[in-house]
Amino acid sequence: MIEVENLFKKYGDLMAVKDLSFSVERGHIWGLLGPNAAGKTTTMRILTGYLPATDGKARVAGLDVFEKTDEVKKIIGYLPENVPLYPEMTVQSFLHFVAEIKQIPSTKRNEAVEKAIAAGSLSSVRGRLIKNISRGFRQRVGIAQALIHDPQVLILDEPTIGLDPAQIIEIRQLIKSLKGEHTIILSTHILAEVTQTCDGLVIINEGKLMASGSLKELSASLQEKEGVFIRLREGGQDKIEHFQNLPGVDRVTIRDDGFRIEWTRGRDIRDDITRYIVEKNWGLAEMRPLAMDIEELYLRVITGGTEQ
Amino acid sequence: MSNVWAVCKKEIKSYFTSPIAYVAIAVFLVLAGFFFQSLIWWFNTQSMQMAQNPYYLQQMNINQMVFSPLFHNFSIILLLMIPLLTMRLFSEEMKIKTDELLYTSPISINQIILGKYLASLFVLLVMLLLTGLFTFLTFIYGNPELKPILVGYLGLFLMGAAFMAVGIFFSSVTENQIVAAVLTFGALLLFWVLNWASYSAGGIWKGVLNYVSFFQHFDDMTKGILDTTDLVYYISFIFLGLFLTHSVIQSRRWR
Repeated sequence: MIEVENLFKKYGDLMAVKDLSFSVERGHIWGLLGPNAAGKTTTMRILTGYLPATDGKARVAGLDVFEKTDEVKKIIGYLPENVPLYPEMTVQSFLHFVAEIKQIPSTKRNEAVEKAIAAGSLSSVRGRLIKNISRGFRQRVGIAQALIHDPQVLILDEPTIGLDPAQIIEIRQLIKSLKGEHTIILSTHILAEVTQTCDGLVIINEGKLMASGSLKELSASLQEKEGVFIRLREGGQDKIEHFQNLPGVDRVTIRDDGFRIEWTRGRDIRDDITRYIVEKNWGLAEMRPLAMDIEELYLRVITGGTEQ
Repeated sequence: MSNVWAVCKKEIKSYFTSPIAYVAIAVFLVLAGFFFQSLIWWFNTQSMQMAQNPYYLQQMNINQMVFSPLFHNFSIILLLMIPLLTMRLFSEEMKIKTDELLYTSPISINQIILGKYLASLFVLLVMLLLTGLFTFLTFIYGNPELKPILVGYLGLFLMGAAFMAVGIFFSSVTENQIVAAVLTFGALLLFWVLNWASYSAGGIWKGVLNYVSFFQHFDDMTKGILDTTDLVYYISFIFLGLFLTHSVIQSRRWR
């Protein structure tokens, strides 16, 4: 449903998105996960036709975003990071305006507005000015405006940011209830958001793809790995090569003041590592097993673990 | 067209649900009323003085002595007022980030610009129509000629429309409304007084400066002279303003 191929975006000298590729199947919810300034918003803006890409391809429902921009805009509902609301309008008149510019025919407009109000549970504030409603309601108005033309694809940029815990749960449930009919991409820097609402995820950092796949695939591939974190009394990052050259080691990364060493499950090399350190007389200060899950993976990405 | 109408309706509502339009129209009418009153009084005293001399009395012309200067006065008020009416059109969208909603909707930049521009013209039209009361009163108590007055109003409307095209352009340049208003005012005033330079300029520049300045084109129309050159001037000015607005918005996306 959504395909991104080798996407690049440059702002002046700054490379915001570098060679990004991923795809999302129809009817799924995918999370675009990454720390702040990772390129999430830029990617979404390109998909919605707000920004042109510097290079690469993006297709939504088989339509090229750059060539068929107008058709793509009709099938995408978009909630930007800064919810675009006119403070002087009432909730209802705002939704009516959005229905008009999303080209909903005048005979169906009232019905669409009613449906959006129901979907966002906004009936209690429909007549109030947007500037007077709470942050949680504003966010819901934002989601309602994205839904109003019943788009095939929903793109939600940080849909739960700045909400209180109860509101976050509400919004997550609302998003989950939209699954199936709509293909959804949501961006977040909170991992729990992805594991609780999404079917799959794309992790990006500094504009680059770090990992992507369905939650099942990713956790399955992670379970194939095992690893330890070790800290030496006479720690030195120069020792990384020694560990990399040990037989059986898949990857070594530097984290905090120690090393993360990973290998393929089924062959325990902890003894070998210990023996090596003792032989070299580096002094083993700490050694603990690593939990290999998505949280680890994400942490590794955002703390800047060097890629293999 | 329905897209243009949707944007236009939203802008008109936002003019009239906030105090902006009411305050602008009210202030315009107070000042306009004051100028009208002063000109009528002056015209009356002149008429009394001339009453002894039938020859001079014949020279008294309410169109030339009241309406022509009145239109000039109106145009000055517009010069001060229009930057304040157009400053928010695009600046505010950028400031509160609602431009992202507009530009990701299936609606073209031209439709957005046109919708906003027509809404600002509507406010101008309301302002000018309300001053029609002065004309009406003059017709009850005097016998002015209608045609020069209509041409004068057309001139005012076209010049106001050209002012607004400049205003909408500067509004698209910055997200700061005050900056947009100041730039608009500066540009309008410059175009207004450009013909002053033509007195000392020679050769081709004299003609160019005179043509580019608002003043010359407007002056003809306040006297009831309808010339296609003036119409072409205003219409091209409006097109240029809107075209530049489009270019600014388009180029911002590519940066």
